[in-house]
Amino acid sequence: MASLKSIKKRIVSVKNTRQITKAMKMVSAAKLRRAQENVVAARPYAKKLGEVLQSLAANLEGDLHPLLEKRDAKKLLLVVLTSDRGLCGGFNTNLCKAADRYIKEKKSSYEQITVMTIGRKGYEFLKNRYTVNKNFPNVLAKPNYQAAAMMAQEIIDGFVAEEYDQVELLYNSFRTVMTQDITFEQMLPITPVASGEAEETPVEFIYEPSVSELLAEILPKNIEVQIFKAMLETVAGEHGARMTAMDSASKNASEMIGKLTLQYNRARQAAITTELMEIISGSESIKG
Amino acid sequence: MAEKMKLEIVTPYKKIVETEVEEVTATGKLGEFGVLPGHAPFLTSLRIGELVYKNNGVSEHMSLNWGYFEVQDDKIIVLVETAEIAAEIDIERAKAALGRAEEALKKLTQEDKQHKIYEAALERAIIRMQVAGKAVRK
Repeated sequence: MASLKSIKKRIVSVKNTRQITKAMKMVSAAKLRRAQENVVAARPYAKKLGEVLQSLAANLEGDLHPLLEKRDAKKLLLVVLTSDRGLCGGFNTNLCKAADRYIKEKKSSYEQITVMTIGRKGYEFLKNRYTVNKNFPNVLAKPNYQAAAMMAQEIIDGFVAEEYDQVELLYNSFRTVMTQDITFEQMLPITPVASGEAEETPVEFIYEPSVSELLAEILPKNIEVQIFKAMLETVAGEHGARMTAMDSASKNASEMIGKLTLQYNRARQAAITTELMEIISGSESIKG
Repeated sequence: MAEKMKLEIVTPYKKIVETEVEEVTATGKLGEFGVLPGHAPFLTSLRIGELVYKNNGVSEHMSLNWGYFEVQDDKIIVLVETAEIAAEIDIERAKAALGRAEEALKKLTQEDKQHKIYEAALERAIIRMQVAGKAVRK
């Protein structure tokens, strides 16, 4: 049996670990709340923009915009969003694996697949496996719209210059604190949403300036918003995942402390018993 | 004027304004325009400029960045990147931004990529200061 001292030492170290994981859980919980608020706050904008786009697209008369252009999809760009920091369970690993699987699956149908990563973890995973042409680390600590706009510009430029024919976005969307869904979204070319309700007659709008000019402005915005939303969802998901991971880590630590304490007490009891036996047998021999 | 319209101003960060208004004036891409209740469905893009809405005779001034403006059935939706209510504008910051932009513009030529960026920054700063000035007078 391990010595009393070494068990004591282990108990102390596990206790320290538990303290850290508990603190991280608390921090994540606080950050999660803020991130969640951001996600909720961004929703109306994204929704309204989608509505405007739809009403525009409904009035579109073969007036094609470069971002709507459908080419033979030969070159694919995959944009992967992960967090910058680890210790959040399978959050990043699952996403990276999904990306890996996806690329392997599609390899035959495209001539070239390039990857763009947002967030450090995804970059580290994918850089040795595939060509990562751009990486944007550290934008997720404080998701801001300017950063999203910048990345969107990058993607749009590449698409217009025909560096790639299709752009897909891969990220963890935030469903609940416990669950994140791995989500694929096609970003480019933009597929105008088929107006589902045919009964709803499109309202005749007055457009100023013309529809095509408006469309030219709104399409890039749509990309920006899509990225921005994905960023917010990733951040919220990251904190949610970290909270869950740290919670179970704390629980495991507590369990371990319990086990170790039991072991410690047993060892102590055994030591005392042995000592008593020695004393008794000693005194017996004196008497005898 | 008993009739009112619903006004919503939304940015990616949050909903800034959700209120009932009697009149809205904004700066569109092709110039300033006003909207009163009963306006025909209308969609336009906005440039950096001022937006004024009037509610119960009190007008509120705002400075807007790039955005969209939609009217439909007496409901106005404004999508903008940034929007600031006059009273919330930090004049010092606007002044500093103005100085920076002017400084940068002196060094750049028309062809530079950054010229446009700084020009927009300059415009924003000027509008901000104008709008902020109106809040004080109110």
